[in-house]
Amino acid sequence: MLKLTYSDYAALRAHGEETYPHECCGVLLGHAAPAGNTVCELVRAGNTRTDSAHDRYNIAPEELIRTQRQARKRGLDIVGFYHSHPDHPAQWSSTDFAEAHWVGCSYVITAVAEGKAAITNSFLLAGTNEEDKEFLDEPVEIVVNEVESEQEPQHERGIV
Amino acid sequence: MNINIPTPLRSFTGGQSTVSVPGATVAEALEALTGAYPELRQNLYSAEGKLRSFVNIYLNDDDVRYLPKKDATPVEESDELSIIPSIAGGCCCR
Repeated sequence: MLKLTYSDYAALRAHGEETYPHECCGVLLGHAAPAGNTVCELVRAGNTRTDSAHDRYNIAPEELIRTQRQARKRGLDIVGFYHSHPDHPAQWSSTDFAEAHWVGCSYVITAVAEGKAAITNSFLLAGTNEEDKEFLDEPVEIVVNEVESEQEPQHERGIV
Repeated sequence: MNINIPTPLRSFTGGQSTVSVPGATVAEALEALTGAYPELRQNLYSAEGKLRSFVNIYLNDDDVRYLPKKDATPVEESDELSIIPSIAGGCCCR
């Protein structure tokens, strides 16, 4: 189970709409627990794959180092990543799998159809190493922020 | 010196996010790390002993692969090594 606030959920979907027709990407900071990852903060990242940004993404290691350093100061960990699939389903691709190395982390994918965010799904990279890793469908629990508690979510919730 | 361990490798370091190791160079520090936590070795290195292509090692803010002396670069106690697996992907196959 991946838990994140509605505002973070909306923000990562909005990011995908902003970068359309290119893929967006970012880092999910929070806490990992046996029951699942909880997101406390979302950090946008730049997509360094400017040569093929419509169907590839890459986050610069330097940016990850900075993000991780800032997270540690606040007692947070990297618990996942998000990216968008412009005009493609919110399903991991063989490229996503081949390039996934953060076992235990959540990989959130939002399909953006003609510029509009559609389904958002999450996949947990399970296993212990490169040889036995696998993506598992991961339910997403969206926690409505207190300040937004009187508002109903306006987007369709991604269900895995 | 301290080595920052990323989330996916902490199961091999007893859950520690930072490990303190001795060593006069980057290579010596990494050797001390994998000596203390042998299970890390197969996650960091290929069967041929080369650093896996998706594993990035940073000395403070510098990619060790691009340092003039690479992993023979001298380190000091106050330096910080970070292990950062790459993050990439894409929506479709070609």
